[in-house]
Amino acid sequence: MKNLRALFSLLLLSQVAFAQGNITGNMETVFQYLNEDSIINAKQPVQKGLMNSYMNVFYTQGNFKAGMRFESYLPRIQGYPNRFDGTGIGMRYVGYQNDFVDVTLGTFYEQFGTGLALRTYEDRNLGYDNLLDGMRIVLRPGKGFVVKGVYGTQRLSFQQGQIVHGAGLVRGTDAEWHLNEGLDFLKDKKLDVVLGASFVSKFQEDDNPDWILPQNVGAYGGRVKLTYGNFYADGEFIQKEQDPSSDNQYIYNYGHAAIFNLRYTKKGLGILLSGKSVDNMSFRSDRTKDLQDVLINFLPSLNKTHTYNLVATLYPYATQPMGEVAYQADLLYTFKKGSQLGGKYGTTVGLNYSTTYRPEQTLNGIDLNDSSRVIYHTRPFALSDSLYWQDINFNITKKINKQWSGIFSYYDIKINNDVVKVSDAKGIIHARIAVLEGTYKINAHHALRWELQGMWVQRNDEGINDKGDWATALVEYTISPGWFFSAMNQYNYGNDDLSKRVNYPIITCGYIKDATRLTFSYGRQRAGLFCVGGVCRPVPANNGLMINLTHSF
Amino acid sequence: MKIQNMKKLFLLLLVGSLSLTVNAQEPTVETSLSQKKVPAVKLVDMSGKSINTSDLTANGPVIISFWATWCAPCKKELNTIHEVYEDWVAETGVTLVAIAIDDEKTKSQVPVYVNGKAWDYTVLMDPNWDFKRAMGVNNVPHTFLVDKNGNIVYSHNNYAPGDEEKLYQELLKLSEK
Repeated sequence: MKNLRALFSLLLLSQVAFAQGNITGNMETVFQYLNEDSIINAKQPVQKGLMNSYMNVFYTQGNFKAGMRFESYLPRIQGYPNRFDGTGIGMRYVGYQNDFVDVTLGTFYEQFGTGLALRTYEDRNLGYDNLLDGMRIVLRPGKGFVVKGVYGTQRLSFQQGQIVHGAGLVRGTDAEWHLNEGLDFLKDKKLDVVLGASFVSKFQEDDNPDWILPQNVGAYGGRVKLTYGNFYADGEFIQKEQDPSSDNQYIYNYGHAAIFNLRYTKKGLGILLSGKSVDNMSFRSDRTKDLQDVLINFLPSLNKTHTYNLVATLYPYATQPMGEVAYQADLLYTFKKGSQLGGKYGTTVGLNYSTTYRPEQTLNGIDLNDSSRVIYHTRPFALSDSLYWQDINFNITKKINKQWSGIFSYYDIKINNDVVKVSDAKGIIHARIAVLEGTYKINAHHALRWELQGMWVQRNDEGINDKGDWATALVEYTISPGWFFSAMNQYNYGNDDLSKRVNYPIITCGYIKDATRLTFSYGRQRAGLFCVGGVCRPVPANNGLMINLTHSF
Repeated sequence: MKIQNMKKLFLLLLVGSLSLTVNAQEPTVETSLSQKKVPAVKLVDMSGKSINTSDLTANGPVIISFWATWCAPCKKELNTIHEVYEDWVAETGVTLVAIAIDDEKTKSQVPVYVNGKAWDYTVLMDPNWDFKRAMGVNNVPHTFLVDKNGNIVYSHNNYAPGDEEKLYQELLKLSEK
């Protein structure tokens, strides 16, 4: 009888759903069939075939909302975090929202300010998902004023088709006020002001026999955004209380994260200067975890996200949560159409510089033998002379005529591998990369695009540092709107180890119909770091067939 | 007792199947892709002003294009449309809303790119992917065409040179209606 009632309510619900509600969602399936390839050290898994799938379904009707995601790892594809298996529901919620209140019960993704205190998000390509499971309320009591409250436990992993939660509890509240929307006398003023403040606290039982650990740890701070005509400035500062964890080797220092941006923009020109300071700021709802597990906050790395494969996946940089000071300058300028440098269609030039150092830490007044376990002092934005990262790059984008257009890019990258550990190399790896890309539009539907990339790695006293020089060539033929075919080869021609001077050829073809996309790839893929937003996942070398299907509805 | 239960059961099933038959007839009218509406998500523009995504079509048809500063084909698509955008607006009254899915790592570079390229689009920030998720976007670029009533009438995931022509044809069809 109980089952029947459930069935009946389901029928009723489905009727309501189909009659009036709005359903959106998407799905993705990735299938890999892998070969053994001893030259690139690619292993064939015992199952031979691997498959990841997921589907999101979101339903809204009037003020009511509900959603869920099914996930399936049979088993997970190569390079994906090893904590995923089975088929089941990885995300689900119900909620209600109107102009004043927005309540969600179940799982949710949330970001306070720039995320330095709290950000839960997902990236299915990376296998990253630190969602909160519990309750969220968002209130809009007045124009331009938003107050949020969150309470829940985090998703740690997904095993046997079920969410596995982290050990700790996360609570937080955030308020943001856009003054110009809220206050009438500021409405049409040139100066635009947004103020915000957050407080986040985590609870985890102290089960450590050696130390008295704080069971409740808070992180709090404020932010401001100012716009005045073409000028813009923003900044956020978050302080974290004593949070002994395996990340910081159970020290009792406070931590901080600060970020600021200064910008000037007008038609045809954009200039940005950013700075960031981080110290002892790994903030997790389980103090014993590492890597990408149950992170409560988000510490973006301050550099450009590159897309060409050599520069994107060999030497990417991710934030060092234990401490770093970083700066970035970014400029984009378009020479006008008809000017000498602009030509018929205009020419765009981009310049970007980013650098990151270890913070300065002093031991004045520190007694390492006392019981405080405060082991150094530091100040925001105080930097030492130890370089972690530097990237100087520029690009020129030019449309020559109706058929031809091209981009030239150059990058000069230094990465401190003792800290970042992207490979086995020691010390600073210094790489220079040049990329030339061209597109030839054959007619209204057919186009040919190609890329030539070279990477040259600086020799040091012991010879070549890391894998040496690389070259990549790519050709892509597209037939709008439905088809594309591409072939790419990467060649590690400069490797000191002659047996590792390997070619990595791969061919891909794809078919797109509206919101459905199906691609097939076959070939070798180099081991590398796959990064999104400064979070990286190492992907091992592989050889085989990959089929990818995505659809939105 | 048992018989009563059976009766209830029968009734339930009857109502249930009725509801299904009603169901089966109704949707044929509008069960096309066009039934999908733009979900309501609150986003902010580049200057911090909040905007509800369900209000985007208040002034006519809208192209919603998901992009990021690190997405080369996205930029190619929006730069190509930029060259003909004035004509499209004049002919069809369309507005292009570019949804930047850059997270905090590259979000501050969005206005640099948008202004550096002199785009005239409405640009909204979606740093935690709330709108991307609600719209069912797998990866960028993904472009939607929405009529003035908020119905999604066409969508395309990917960009290859020439795709803008197809979008323009769909847009013309919409403005002829």
